[in-house]
Amino acid sequence: MPDALAIVANTAGKLTREGLRVMGRGATALPGLVALTLDPDFISALSRELPHGVVCVSGTNGKTTTSRMLSDIARATGWAPIHNRSGSNLDRGVAAALLADATWSGEPRGDLGLFEIDEASLPGVVGRVRPRAVVVTNLFRDQMDRYFELDALARRIGDALAGLPAETALVLNADDPLVASLAIRKDANVTYFGVDDDAVGGNVPQAISDATRCPRCRSPLRYERVVLAHVGVWSCPTGDFTRPARDVSATKVVLGPRGSEVVIGGVLASMYDEIRVPVPGLYNVYNALAALATARALAIGLPESIRALANFTPAFGRLETVEVNGKTLRLVLVKNPAGFNAAIAALLETGRRPRLLAALNDRDADGRDVSWIWDADFETLAPAVEHAVITGLRGRDLALRFKYAGLPAEKLAVVDDPAAAIEKALGLAPAGSEVVVLATYTAMLALREALARTGAVAPFWED
Amino acid sequence: MDLRIGHLYPDLMSIYGDKGNVIALSQRARWRGIAAEVRPYTVGEWREPEWPDVWFFGGGQDQGQDLVGADLAGRNGESLRKSVASGAAIFSVCGGYQLLGTEYVPEVGAAIPGAGILDVTTRAGRKRFVGNLVVDSADGPLVGFENHSGRTYLGPKAVPLGSVVVGNGNNGEDKTEGAIQGKVIGCYLHGSCLPKNPWLADRLLQWALERRHTDVKLAKLDDEAELAARTQATEVAQARP
Repeated sequence: MPDALAIVANTAGKLTREGLRVMGRGATALPGLVALTLDPDFISALSRELPHGVVCVSGTNGKTTTSRMLSDIARATGWAPIHNRSGSNLDRGVAAALLADATWSGEPRGDLGLFEIDEASLPGVVGRVRPRAVVVTNLFRDQMDRYFELDALARRIGDALAGLPAETALVLNADDPLVASLAIRKDANVTYFGVDDDAVGGNVPQAISDATRCPRCRSPLRYERVVLAHVGVWSCPTGDFTRPARDVSATKVVLGPRGSEVVIGGVLASMYDEIRVPVPGLYNVYNALAALATARALAIGLPESIRALANFTPAFGRLETVEVNGKTLRLVLVKNPAGFNAAIAALLETGRRPRLLAALNDRDADGRDVSWIWDADFETLAPAVEHAVITGLRGRDLALRFKYAGLPAEKLAVVDDPAAAIEKALGLAPAGSEVVVLATYTAMLALREALARTGAVAPFWED
Repeated sequence: MDLRIGHLYPDLMSIYGDKGNVIALSQRARWRGIAAEVRPYTVGEWREPEWPDVWFFGGGQDQGQDLVGADLAGRNGESLRKSVASGAAIFSVCGGYQLLGTEYVPEVGAAIPGAGILDVTTRAGRKRFVGNLVVDSADGPLVGFENHSGRTYLGPKAVPLGSVVVGNGNNGEDKTEGAIQGKVIGCYLHGSCLPKNPWLADRLLQWALERRHTDVKLAKLDDEAELAARTQATEVAQARP
């Protein structure tokens, strides 16, 4: 039973949540903020009560998809995960998820905590919740105004993980040298995942590489294959740091417009299992591998995990689709160069000529510095674009990015109002066609709110 | 006519989205019928250091900056100084700006010498300056985003690029931002800077082209989109510094 202060905080948070819902508003963060203000230890007080423990899912990209996949897997084995599902993944989102699923006396109704943790918050959060497992999907530059530099962030995360008990399961991406470098302790309990299909990726390091040097000795890393940015088959020429053996590995990957077929091998796979990842894009293959590796670390069987994955549906803005007047909007959340490049690679894989609605905001949750758009590969996207409607608080910067990437002015329209921008984009698209919506977090929320007013989607986002 | 751009340490010093400066210089040349080529120059031996008309030097992580500082302390620093003496221009941002100065003074330990191309010194500061940055200058306004903890102070040979309207700029004390010395510019403007500050892009283009060409007259471009981006960014900066 949680202590009195936690119960008070829980009650106050729940009342806030009820209030917001009565007003028809989403409640993904504010109730958590209220609870944390009253009791800074609220998260640990409630998560101690969870019999299967807590899994923290962190990393720059893929947190939401990976933890949703893991949540589906946990539910398929009969567990009841409590998950901060709405992508509100700062401390307050975790607290909001806990209190939403707790009784009024502060006892959780679930048995497993499944928390997406913003990578900058991870070092602080792991000490408080004592997780059973920590997953790190990848580390790319993201929102430099908030996280600052990647090397320093990786060191802080590594130090925090080294301070956890040795039995804590670490689930790490072997193909990302920065993530692989997070296992500092010799006796760390690590499950590694990665892609071992030679046909995936090229051998030219990409311009946005964030880790061109060995995290240990700073020699330039050598790449046999580059999958995305600095993720791939890497080695340090001095031999002091090598890509770890993969416990869960994709030995064959076939990408398709609606999903991927993947053969799973690796040390932990007892046989070569073929799986289907029902969301497109190589980055979602990585997310699926992270979820499978975590399931193994939690002693959930591979066959059950694979069955649960096959029925997976994407989350808010992660290639989610919305039907409006016989046309489809495909919502793609973008927030950093690596995520943007992965998303456009998925869009262009099947040779589509996308009709775009693109929105750039610069609020805290988006990253206040919009410079990152200049590192994203608009030069690859622009020649394929049928037309682009641009909106958002910094839509003029985005329009300028398209101009410098070579998109002709007649294919580009800037519409400041989100509702008017949706209308314009839908108006330009023929019946039965698809409009791809690329937007940063709060820009996507604004577009969603505008869609809600037309009745196309539920008034606030909830699973 | 053709333009040669040398991109300094693109593998170590391009984490802050400064690549747009190289894109802006290239595209604004091409739109005027001037061929533009970009070559990388990084740690190790440089091929043809006398080739570039203009250098771009962006911001990096501390770790990368150590490697770059050590590299510039050797032959490559000498090559860069020679290049400037022979008429090449430099545009530098943040870490690149600091490394072109005379020295960097860390919180503890001895001062680290810089390339000595700009008469500026930088001292480590505690509080990081993170936010929108609006600058006014006699030649036109500038807007961008700053993200630095170093405090930069100008010596007598350098003049400020402009004065701070919103944000902190060089050091948060004297209201100056950036430095100009001959054809070398340093500043703290990410954004990327040059796309939405086209007058500065064209100034650098002019300087760069004059190195090998006579009678350089840049044709006027339609800068409506550039100025719209500058206006929006400036309004945002004033509302949410």
